[in-house]
Amino acid sequence: MQRHIDQELADLKTQLLRMGALVEEQIERAIKALIERDANLASQVIERDKQVNRFDVEIDETCIRLLALQAPAAGDLRFVTTAMKISTELERMSDLAENICERVIELNEEPQLKPYMDLPRMAAWTMTMVREALDAFVRQDAALARKVCADDDFVDDLTHQLFRELVSFMLENPSTITRAIRLTFIGKYIERIADHATNIGELVIYMVEGKIVRHMTPPASQPG
Amino acid sequence: MKAMDASQTVLKAEARGLNFFYGQAQALHGITLPIYDRCVTALIGPSGCGKTTYLRCLNRMHDLYPGNRYEGEVTLYPDRVNIVGPEVDPIEVRMRIGMVFQKPNPFPKSIYENVAYGLRIRDVSNRSELDAVVERALREAALWGEVKDRLQASALNLSGGQQQRLCIARALATSPELLLFDEPTSALDPTATSRIEELVTELKQKVAIVIVTHNMQQAARVSDYTAFMYEGRVVEYDRTETIFTNPTVKLTEEYITGRFG
Amino acid sequence: MTPIQHKIARRKALDRFFAFEGLMVMTAALLVLLVLVGQLMFDGLSRLSWQFLTSFPSRFPAQAGIVSAWVGTILVMLVTAMAAIPLGVGAAIYLEEYAPKNWATELIEINIANLAGVPSIVYGLMALGLLVYQFRLGQSFLTAGLTLGMLILPMVIIATREAIRAVPPYVREAAYALGATKWQTVRDHVVPYSMGGMLTGMILALSRAVGETAPLITVGALSFIAFLPHPPWQDNFPYVSFQWLFDPFTVMPIQMFNWVSRPQEEFHVNAAAAGLILLTMTVVMNAVAIVIRARFRKRIHW
Repeated sequence: MQRHIDQELADLKTQLLRMGALVEEQIERAIKALIERDANLASQVIERDKQVNRFDVEIDETCIRLLALQAPAAGDLRFVTTAMKISTELERMSDLAENICERVIELNEEPQLKPYMDLPRMAAWTMTMVREALDAFVRQDAALARKVCADDDFVDDLTHQLFRELVSFMLENPSTITRAIRLTFIGKYIERIADHATNIGELVIYMVEGKIVRHMTPPASQPG
Repeated sequence: MKAMDASQTVLKAEARGLNFFYGQAQALHGITLPIYDRCVTALIGPSGCGKTTYLRCLNRMHDLYPGNRYEGEVTLYPDRVNIVGPEVDPIEVRMRIGMVFQKPNPFPKSIYENVAYGLRIRDVSNRSELDAVVERALREAALWGEVKDRLQASALNLSGGQQQRLCIARALATSPELLLFDEPTSALDPTATSRIEELVTELKQKVAIVIVTHNMQQAARVSDYTAFMYEGRVVEYDRTETIFTNPTVKLTEEYITGRFG
Repeated sequence: MTPIQHKIARRKALDRFFAFEGLMVMTAALLVLLVLVGQLMFDGLSRLSWQFLTSFPSRFPAQAGIVSAWVGTILVMLVTAMAAIPLGVGAAIYLEEYAPKNWATELIEINIANLAGVPSIVYGLMALGLLVYQFRLGQSFLTAGLTLGMLILPMVIIATREAIRAVPPYVREAAYALGATKWQTVRDHVVPYSMGGMLTGMILALSRAVGETAPLITVGALSFIAFLPHPPWQDNFPYVSFQWLFDPFTVMPIQMFNWVSRPQEEFHVNAAAAGLILLTMTVVMNAVAIVIRARFRKRIHW
């Protein structure tokens, strides 16, 4: 039986996906701005963050209205509460993309420190994680969500690798310290974007299975 | 059905394989359901699912009309009496198990006499004893303050919500072991409804309660355990928060989210 | 005017026509009643006096009175009530509350309805054979009372049953749910709440019996009773006497019938006066029934 609330739930899903698409684009453009040292693109990303924030507020309002007026239960309830939390995660991801762009603008004041190898790899992996987390949400695919959670290990490893490399740069040549530190920050931001993607995965698992798996080590599954 | 954590809950009654027949038609099929003491158990389900039929088995109301038949067991603890057994007197069952009906039905007598009637038929006639019990029951039903100055006034002059609380007081006067509520607020306005719900939440500290309701939100607000019934069978029984956040059976999910019924 | 306004106007006209027609019909009925009473009053009012009420019948119309007739009516009503009411109410309670709903009960209920329609003179004939001859109760107050009692018994049963049925099932369920037995429910709830309807039914049945002439004639009401029955008390133990039950009797309708059958004009006047008294008795009984019903309706509303 099709009900009025089904349309509202579908609209909420569309809102969330629109926000997700925008955030994916933000991350993509931030990395592009980094690799191509494009300050203009970076400024655009920073500017665009305001729109992401607006989406977050809109989604929150939609969810609260649904809860107050429709009193959803069971699966519908889990969907609405998960949607609220996912929008928060997405908003933070966009903030991190904004932070990356701020560092990019700062980095452009000096010549490029070294050819970027690890950062693009981390970024590509992370963007895949974000995309898959959102796919898992759309398809209500708990298995895919679990994969995303497991993929986080790879990003963590790459972050440590990047850090070691940049530390050795800084030790060898003190004049690189400013740039190296900014690059470290960027690596950290990317790693945190991946963490947020993991959070989205855990939320999707709750939404689908009704079990809260947040803050727990995900079960060992196939490596990233 | 999932296994319950029984460490803090005491069984008050339990239906096991209860079948019920209106004449030839079978209305309840193999009902197996626990009722825990000092807890509220809610029965929900679409119209005609058998929840009121089951409720009325618990106090043998079906015996008032010809042609009805019980099979199976409903055991009342702690003395393990099978209350639907043919050897058990329905009057005795009704003396231990009270009922509050959907439409408030006070007797057209005074407020005092309404509450005292249950005691009178138990051969209590001492005036001071009756006074004490009437006051206690009216206090427990959160009605004392409103009527203490007019106990001799006719019960029919009370508002709908007050009449229903009077009916609750009437049932409480005899200190029942189990209290049955048959859609107690469906004829009342929202304010009266929430007062009765508050009352149920308080009363459960003293007595086991079973409530039939077609308002799911009410079941969610008020009960500890919920049973979802459909076509004379128990589809799912679990703690209320589980039923409303993550039910196991798909049919339950569909009913809770309003996709049928 | 638009078509809708036409239709509305037509229907309103029909409305007014029916209201007028109802008024006319009611007026006609009232007129008949007024003519009846008016005729009686015209004929008999002059005759009403204390002397009329306290004298015995006599060959001389001016001296004839109705004391034995109205005393007889009251005593017969007493016996009728004693016979019909306990039996009728008890039967109705049994049929409604205790009898199993099977074909035997159905049969009884159908027959009660039939009995209510049996012509009253048939009761008279039955009473003549059974009470007067078989049981040798004679042509007495006892016989008269029992005869009329049997006559109104079906009415009492039916009225009581309707009163009991008016008690809603949810009130009974409330009593049962507290652990009451069937008898406690009937005694404490069903009977008290249906009392209004029961009393109304009883009084209406009795007021019907007041006017019954045919069965009493058949049973042998004598019309020249120039004496009152034995008083119900006596000077020695047990101080209560039932002798009057076996005395010959007469009632108002019989007396009226007797007077109307005489050729003298003055006796007709007497009959009219007696008729006024009888009418008054009936009206008073009906009024009492209405008052009782109104009072109960105020106390008990479902």
